[in-house]
Amino acid sequence: MTTSERIGALDVARIRRDFPILDRKVYGQPLVYFDNAATSQKPRQVIEALTHYYETSNANIHRAVHLLGEEATAEYEGVREKVSRFINAPSPECIVFTRNTSESINLVAYAWGRANVSAGDEIVVTVMEHHSNFVPWQQLAQETGAKLVVIGVKEDQTLDLDDGLSSYLSERTKIVAITHANNTVGTINPVKELAAEAHRAGALVLVDAAQSVPHMPVDVQDLDCDFLAFSAHKMLGPTGVGVLYARRELLAEMPPFLTGGEMISKVTIDETTWNGIPAKFEAGTPNIADVVAFGAAIDYLSDLGMQNVREHEKEITEYALRRLKQLESITIYGPEDIDVHGGVISFNYPGVHPHDVGTIVDRQGVAIRSGHGCNQPLMRSLDISGVARASFYVYNTAAEVDVFIDALGDVGDRFNG
Amino acid sequence: MCLSTRLVTWAIVSTDDRRRMSSDKAEYKRQETELDELYQEIILDHYRNPRHKGRLSAPTASEEGYNPLCGDEIILDVEVTDGVVSDIAQRGSGCSISQSSASMMTEVIVGEPIADVKGLIASFTAMMRGSDDDLEELGDLEAMAGVRKFPVRVKCATLAWHTLSQALEKAKSS
Repeated sequence: MTTSERIGALDVARIRRDFPILDRKVYGQPLVYFDNAATSQKPRQVIEALTHYYETSNANIHRAVHLLGEEATAEYEGVREKVSRFINAPSPECIVFTRNTSESINLVAYAWGRANVSAGDEIVVTVMEHHSNFVPWQQLAQETGAKLVVIGVKEDQTLDLDDGLSSYLSERTKIVAITHANNTVGTINPVKELAAEAHRAGALVLVDAAQSVPHMPVDVQDLDCDFLAFSAHKMLGPTGVGVLYARRELLAEMPPFLTGGEMISKVTIDETTWNGIPAKFEAGTPNIADVVAFGAAIDYLSDLGMQNVREHEKEITEYALRRLKQLESITIYGPEDIDVHGGVISFNYPGVHPHDVGTIVDRQGVAIRSGHGCNQPLMRSLDISGVARASFYVYNTAAEVDVFIDALGDVGDRFNG
Repeated sequence: MCLSTRLVTWAIVSTDDRRRMSSDKAEYKRQETELDELYQEIILDHYRNPRHKGRLSAPTASEEGYNPLCGDEIILDVEVTDGVVSDIAQRGSGCSISQSSASMMTEVIVGEPIADVKGLIASFTAMMRGSDDDLEELGDLEAMAGVRKFPVRVKCATLAWHTLSQALEKAKSS
């Protein structure tokens, strides 16, 4: 069998050669990078796109009459089109570039929220939200006197929807803000069904897709959500670029979030009229170079095929779950059903703090995350302070899972041996 | 899923990759030794069997220490009588290093004059910053020196001591 033969969902050997960082060693061991839910590594195509932009077409965008400005604008706007196609948005106008998922959600909570939510209204979130999709709504509720309604989880950390989403909705519900895939326990939520139910009740739906767009096919028109937010850096792209998708009518109605350069139509001493969408929401010089490099990340993922990415992660996650279950007395969180479990596994050793787990495997070259994972409400509901978390991506292999499991054996030996 | 798909992740390692993935045995040994020094028996013993765990009924001062990065938490109750730390209790949650450091600390400071305790706090934090000057004075606490090879964990070891320092300030003004 030749190594270039493509056997599974992804040609991982070929993919790995695109990631320079996978060549480095950590404490003398080959790096096993299992902290992908925090941020992914970058292929050289993305790194080169960034350098290439600075070396060949760097200029400020939109208002320059010179060639470089024209090229930079075309590249930046070209990526907006790529993003739009990648999530099947109806138009590139529906794509706003921000710094990250948190900023995308804050944009909605401030610009849409302050204009549309008032005392007595209700905002529905879930207890498994990342702080980035929890705190902005909690603050909006506190500021406006709206009520924050929190959907809980069942024992397997799927949402407690036994009585339907409608049991959390009322005629005062203005928005349902929900994560597509959770970042610690890995639960994939039925956002399409939830969006339909929320819409029937007259509420809007925001989807935190930071952990789904990088890992599975996402189609905003199929989900029929009103807002969707994600980050470039979790999907092979550079840090400092976030995306907000919003329905065109909503963006057109919403007041701006930040004001200043680029987002105006006309400014006089007395008043300002806003630019059209999406420019109205991109005040100041944006992160042009990183947006351009993000385009290379989208190309890379599109070439792999998002369904293949999901299949590969499913395979690795299933294998890792099977190996972890063989370890004595370990607690594994998240749903059993792999169809609703993303490429993220959280676990705990009884009597061993996740930071100790993280330190021990780190010294064997394995990078995992330890702690609350920006999921403190969920951790509290599970009555734990944190978890150890392994999260996978396109370049990870079962051989790496084996290294990780061996490294974990050392945790048991040291603490319970 | 068919068997051939299952095999993919095992079959993908080329000779090139194997060379790249080779492990440095000497470095592995060195890391193991550093982990041995971090997780010494005395540290694990204090982690499993924390001393002075609980609370005091009438403390002179109480102080809470929190490390927002890791979630380590230490709450100290201190009783000061005639310039001496006459009793102490600690509770909280966190990693083995933060909890064992708190436990070891309570053992050495009970019955000590405040001035001496302050000297010990200074010596301990100096050791954690890399100084070997006061190792003898620190006795069993020297076991914590292994944490210095793990820079991100140093704050776990010092949390209880910073909290104690603040508790003593409170006790002075109460």
